[in-house]
Amino acid sequence: MPDNTFSAMRQSIVDGAPDTAANLAQQAVAAGTSPLDAINNGYVPGMHEVGEQFAKGQMFLPDMMASAEAMRAAMAVLDPELKKVGTERPLSGVVVLGTTKGDIHEIGKILVGTLLTAHGFRVHDLGVDVPGEKFAAKARELNADIVGVSALLTTTMRNQRGVIEALEKAGLRSQVKIMVGGAPVSRRWAEEIGADGYAKDAMSAVDLARELMQQKSAIAEHA
Amino acid sequence: MRPKFDLLGESLIERILEEAFLLIDDPGVRVAPYVVDLLRGAGVTVKDGVAHIPEPLARRLLDLVPRGFCVYDRSGKPAVRYAGDDVHFDPGSSCLNILDAETQQPRPAMSADLVRMVQVAEMLPQFAAQSTAMVCNDVPQEIGDWYRLLLVLWYSEKPVVSGAFSPASLHTLVELLTIEAGGRDALREQPRAVLDVCPSPPLNWSEFASQNLVDLARAGIPAEIVSMPLAGATAPVTLAGSVVQHAAECISGITIHQLAQPGAPIVWGGAPAIFDMRTGKTPMGAIETVMLDVACAQVGKHLGLPTHAYLVAGDGRVIDAQVEMESGMSAVLGALAGINMISGAGMLDFLACHSIEKLVIDAEAIASAQRLIQGIEPRTPSLAVGMFAQTGLQGDFLKLKDTRALFRKEQHFPSTVIDRGFASMDATPDILTRARQRVDELLSTYQRHPLSPECERELIAFAQSEGEEAGLEGLPGILIPAYAPEPGLI
Repeated sequence: MPDNTFSAMRQSIVDGAPDTAANLAQQAVAAGTSPLDAINNGYVPGMHEVGEQFAKGQMFLPDMMASAEAMRAAMAVLDPELKKVGTERPLSGVVVLGTTKGDIHEIGKILVGTLLTAHGFRVHDLGVDVPGEKFAAKARELNADIVGVSALLTTTMRNQRGVIEALEKAGLRSQVKIMVGGAPVSRRWAEEIGADGYAKDAMSAVDLARELMQQKSAIAEHA
Repeated sequence: MRPKFDLLGESLIERILEEAFLLIDDPGVRVAPYVVDLLRGAGVTVKDGVAHIPEPLARRLLDLVPRGFCVYDRSGKPAVRYAGDDVHFDPGSSCLNILDAETQQPRPAMSADLVRMVQVAEMLPQFAAQSTAMVCNDVPQEIGDWYRLLLVLWYSEKPVVSGAFSPASLHTLVELLTIEAGGRDALREQPRAVLDVCPSPPLNWSEFASQNLVDLARAGIPAEIVSMPLAGATAPVTLAGSVVQHAAECISGITIHQLAQPGAPIVWGGAPAIFDMRTGKTPMGAIETVMLDVACAQVGKHLGLPTHAYLVAGDGRVIDAQVEMESGMSAVLGALAGINMISGAGMLDFLACHSIEKLVIDAEAIASAQRLIQGIEPRTPSLAVGMFAQTGLQGDFLKLKDTRALFRKEQHFPSTVIDRGFASMDATPDILTRARQRVDELLSTYQRHPLSPECERELIAFAQSEGEEAGLEGLPGILIPAYAPEPGLI
């Protein structure tokens, strides 16, 4: 596949153009291009560029949401092709996400889930008002690598501690990394409750999730 | 002439209301099972948890809302009037963290911090009301809401803006207020508190919020709707669109409230904000957030209803020029908008942190805003000619009787927090030092006025009983008088 096609794929992500992204994916499939090549050389570099531009303040959250939608559209075409040839996109990790008990706000969590998915994580979103036990049960069921707990209110962020306690009680704490976020949450709070990381925004959550996966791999290698 | 700040023209207000009435009918408003029968009984269609409220019903119920009401201080004096263009301020509420006075670093707030803040706010005339400003981290989480109110009732005589975190604790809050008032009827006749009720954007009255509306209406305690559309995230990105959503949330809440108890007092209030498209945060100091607050209040005023907004908060993490620029600007605009209760003073870092030092600085901004809305008055028979007749071109205005008689009315004199070149302030050039000194000065002059021994005994016994159930040991922040069941410093 010519470089300019990969370049168009990348641009479709940067532009947040789902139709273009899907069309280019279909053309690639028709032309016999390896779906993994299209992902790794076309679409993933697009997401990386979006992340970089977001970090520089040149792209904004609605742009990023549109890019994630474009990524999803491309993957909807390419995933079945990967399965056909018996390949899978390398999985970045399995994440269980939710908003803590007593809190029904989810905009931040949805952003995080969307971006994690776009960056190759498999995300299971438990929704809002989620008790700690439910996080633990789903983490066990999916053999999750990471649990992400969101809270918007100062009054409900204290329930993030309850999620950590539930994972400890379930005997999962050593296997699962925990990241927390939300408007009132801070790095200091994350440290205080014993979380493994804090992300101040959705893009940082992706970086944090990658870092936590590296930590997990390092631990596994030493084990 | 009272100076005024309006953002919306009449025709735009009409369009906003027109669309708000459309929204509460279609797509409707998500409501909890607790109020379904109440709504259906009034002819509202409720399907799959969504109420479709017809405009004529909503308008009829809006007409029943009192156009004004008073909240009383402990002595029974009407200290806050929610009506017309009356403007009052109270500190921000429900904060988990406080900026430590010494280190200026955030740390979890404790009972002692809330007590200090209440005492400082009590001494500042700029605050007509107290708020339950902090959630105390040294009491169990499940009693965090009512424990704040206990401390405020103990240390303050001013009216209180508060709120419950759960249906169960709402009853505890109401019980505390009832004990303090001397009975349910007394509380109903002279409410000491206004309690906040928050819909979840967009257009969702959760089980807790629905129940809160109904229970407060029936208890006769004024409710204050705190609608929080986040423009671009949980509400339309346009400011006008978010104002429509705010109006729809308020009107639907008022519908539920007035069906529960026609004529019960309720406030058209909110804490709307823009959603920062770079960070996902909700900047309370952004000018667009202030515009939302002012516009939302203007719609409420157009309907003749009591109003509330969340302003005088800054977004920086320390007390600095940014935080005070944001806080001062919104204090002035909120006052010019004639909003009845303006909450938020003392808060910074996107409402995540409170500061007593900031509270005393904000009090100065508020005092300036209060002076501003007094406007310019003709205080003498002639504006200047009479005074010139006395002093001629000599210009000895300082000697004139009029000068001595009127300068205190004309000029506001800030406290030593504001540097006006006062000689004694030479040694303290920075505002944080002056704010700390002011806090110390206010705390040293604060004197607690006890409630009646019977009332105190009852409050303590009730709080101890409720607290023990939650595992609370003693009553942090309260020095229990000798007559109480368990004397001593707790």
